[in-house]
Amino acid sequence: MNINLKIWRQKSNKTEGKLHKYRLENVDPNISFLEMLDILNNKLIKEQQDPVAFDHDCREGICGSCGFMINGRPHGPQKATTVCQLHMRSFNDEDDILLEPFRAKSFGVIKDLSVDRQSFDRIISSAGFVSVNTGEAGEANQIPIDKSNADEAFLSAACIGCGACVAACKNSSAMLFTSAKVSHLALLPQGEKEKKERVNKMVATMDAEGFGACTNTGACSAECPKEIGQTNIARLNREFIKAQASNLFEKK
Amino acid sequence: MKDFILNAKSPNGDLHTKWEDYKKTLNHLSPEEANKYKVIIIGTGLAGASAAATLAEKGFNIHAFSYHESPRRAHSIAAQGGINAAKNYKKDGDSVMRLFYDTIKGGDFRSREDNVYRLAELSANIIDQCVAQGVPFAREYGGLLDNRSFGGVQVSRTFYARGQTGQQLLLGAYSALSRQTNAKKVKFYPRHDMLDIVTVDGKAKGVITRNLLDGKIEAHSADVVILATGGYSNVYYLSTNAMASNVTANWRAHKKGALFANPSFTQIHPTCIPVKNDFQSKLTLMSESLRNDGRVWVPKKKNDTRKASDIPEEERDYYLERIYPAFGNLVPRDVASRRAKEVCDNGQGVGNTGIAVYLDFKKAIQEKGKDYIKEKYGNLFDMYQNITDENPYKTPMKIYPAVHYTMGGLWVDYNLMTTIPGLFSIGESNFSDHGANRLGASALMQGLADGYFISPHTVMDYLAKEKPNFSNKTEQKEFLDAVKETEKDIEQIMSIKGELVVDEVHRELGKIVWDKVGMARNKEGLENAISSIPKIKEKFWKNVSIPGSDKDMNQELEKALRLKDFIELAELMAYDALDRNESCGGHFREEYQTKENEAERNDTDFKYVAAWGYNKDGKPHLFKEDLKYNNVKLKTRSYK
Ligand SMILES: Cc1cc2nc3c(=O)[nH]c(=O)nc-3n(C[C@H](O)[C@H](O)[C@H](O)COP(=O)(O)OP(=O)(O)OC[C@H]3O[C@@H](n4cnc5c(N)ncnc54)[C@H](O)[C@@H]3O)c2cc1C
Ligand code: SF4
Ligand code: FES
Repeated sequence: MNINLKIWRQKSNKTEGKLHKYRLENVDPNISFLEMLDILNNKLIKEQQDPVAFDHDCREGICGSCGFMINGRPHGPQKATTVCQLHMRSFNDEDDILLEPFRAKSFGVIKDLSVDRQSFDRIISSAGFVSVNTGEAGEANQIPIDKSNADEAFLSAACIGCGACVAACKNSSAMLFTSAKVSHLALLPQGEKEKKERVNKMVATMDAEGFGACTNTGACSAECPKEIGQTNIARLNREFIKAQASNLFEKK
Repeated sequence: MKDFILNAKSPNGDLHTKWEDYKKTLNHLSPEEANKYKVIIIGTGLAGASAAATLAEKGFNIHAFSYHESPRRAHSIAAQGGINAAKNYKKDGDSVMRLFYDTIKGGDFRSREDNVYRLAELSANIIDQCVAQGVPFAREYGGLLDNRSFGGVQVSRTFYARGQTGQQLLLGAYSALSRQTNAKKVKFYPRHDMLDIVTVDGKAKGVITRNLLDGKIEAHSADVVILATGGYSNVYYLSTNAMASNVTANWRAHKKGALFANPSFTQIHPTCIPVKNDFQSKLTLMSESLRNDGRVWVPKKKNDTRKASDIPEEERDYYLERIYPAFGNLVPRDVASRRAKEVCDNGQGVGNTGIAVYLDFKKAIQEKGKDYIKEKYGNLFDMYQNITDENPYKTPMKIYPAVHYTMGGLWVDYNLMTTIPGLFSIGESNFSDHGANRLGASALMQGLADGYFISPHTVMDYLAKEKPNFSNKTEQKEFLDAVKETEKDIEQIMSIKGELVVDEVHRELGKIVWDKVGMARNKEGLENAISSIPKIKEKFWKNVSIPGSDKDMNQELEKALRLKDFIELAELMAYDALDRNESCGGHFREEYQTKENEAERNDTDFKYVAAWGYNKDGKPHLFKEDLKYNNVKLKTRSYK
């Protein structure tokens, strides 16, 4: 198949970017999307041009490195699929394909399709953990955990931190990402003790990092490659209200 | 290189109490004293993140570096199947001794007893620690932790979180690390590539890094350096490792005097999605756990082009079940891989290329139901379908072995210290515990044992004997010189301005290593590799092309800096495989096999760790560490 690419090229965060056109012919529909970009880059290097920068590593949909907008959608057209797991068979011969970086105030462009998502790390390091030192843990089977809770916690914990939720949201909210971690830990007895403090700190950090407010449009969850559900957001809101209420109560 | 006797520093005493007794003799620092020391950790995968968190909890100041943007992106995240621990929750007779024995035997008696016993002993603590952090392991309906079986063992001791165990364990370690970042005990340097080690008076005292965003070369000094930089399977170009996994940190350490042990011991994993075309950038693993329910087979007839569903039961060869009735589909990886190669070489392979075998779930789906299979392997089945466009619930998977893990790595003693004082190596980057073949689900166990429970004690002991005065010594000559050296290397690579793309050269290297130092090796092929690899090296240095500037983000330069070290490593791997005139584990020398095509080990002449010293003028120098077995009897491995 043949494709017509339009790719956002930007040398660094200090320069302006613009779209460039590239045409690729005889693309094997069974190669992955990133392999298609490898082929393009190979060609560019042979022509002494700068290859397109993009983040990727595992190419198995689990490390969360990859991610950019394809025709206006984070990770492209296929549901529940990261860019690295997307294959060219999802496109048609002579398709126009537009590639742009994730856009959000809190994700600066580094180069071309690569963006800076360290704000996510800062949200996690504000309180996305259980405070237990190495060697302090009790016997693992001491506290049985209801299978349905454990399974639900797992589903929330499956977030790969890719940032697609933020890119999909018109407010650039990081609510889905943050709520996934809050839910994961709130659902387990191990996370119970620090529940209030955790939700307060993580929400405060999210706000301080410049992410927008959540207006419950559901765009995030619809585009999330790991299908992190909106129920996580509802749970975060519940936890947050409980934490605020008990703050008030304690102050009295 | 000067000759010296390798000393593994294994403490004396009873195997079962050795580690606990030894720990009591180690020096201890209070948090106030520890606060005076600076520790550099390169790599924040499972091993690095767990070590960073634990050492920070003890009061040390940690500077952790990774070329990833976040610790959560490390290759560990991709581990699927599970992590072993001798908890004996299933009451199937498991014990520390049994895990120890399985691991030693699985490694084909080429690992150190003391290290492996300690690993088995610590395995249970790892599960406790991870559960306390909130790792959502799979559970049974009663709420207790569930287990499954992996290859090479007959008990059920593998803990898992669907097919995403590595992800959940890494997120656990990452959260522990994040807690220490928050406490200002860890400073994390994202997108920093370590390009060299700095030694002062023979001791490791710092590193040279390149900031991947602006190309800046920087020196960092510290009182001790820990490498947790993972494995080097990507020397083969195609492997199941993440694209950026590389050997540079280890190789630079090697060139500065750290011995490299068993470099040719690599693991070829039996169940991967076969290569489909020339553009293929990496290979995808289908977890070994699938062999719990999947049955491996090929047509009995050669060159049989019928669809799988058209081949009747009696015309199928379930060769693993046939040859190994006791272990069946759950034989260890090296055995399963070699047998797959054998049937394909014999013309019984399936698929367009004939280089694949079937992994069939029909029986399991019939007996246990589709829901059961979906619950256990859902994400793996989805991934398979996504990549191949075939539905494994309906047609059998096609699989073929692929390079997956490197048992070789920096030689370390019982304390996990390399032959450079003050330079430690943990996780996949060291050679320590898996001998000539690693059992499934034991890399995660080893990485976390090293990071949470071993290195924090031994590093503290080392530091207790050092004065804390390397927090800020980058103005010292050794550091200034090392910066200049690295800048010179980069300048040289940038100035080649040739015609070859880095990946083209890498692919060529990979083909040689796969053909000659891959699943089956022989003298002629290895000699051939030794003579052809230098030509690739020449090609690289004469004709590689790096566009753009080294002062910006430059992903081609990053790849080139890694490839130059892979090329040198490849040569060492060939020397190592050539030296070892025996077959053991994943190292199969065609000249040394039994009549039944099983590996023929030679304990009289090769019961040693081959630790290689760098020699810039030619053949590497071999040091041998003789392996002593006081607690297990050396036996021929049998899975029949
Ligand atoms: C697909 C797959 C599935 C697997 N499944 C299992 C399983 O089910 N069970 C099991 O036990 N094992 C499994 N393994 C093996 C296991 O995942 C790895 O051996 C283990 O995770 C390695 O951990 P590590 O911490 O040593 O290294 P890694 O996780 O590879 O981390 C390396 C770190 O070092 C950094 N780094 C490396 N070089 C440099 C440098 N020069 N400068 C700066 N930073 C650097 C990286 O950025 C990264 O942070 C699997 C492996 C693969 C490939
Ligand atoms: S919630 Fe989904 S889209 Fe958002 S970071 Fe996590 S995996 Fe990505
Ligand atoms: S490259 Fe890892 S998720 Fe896509």
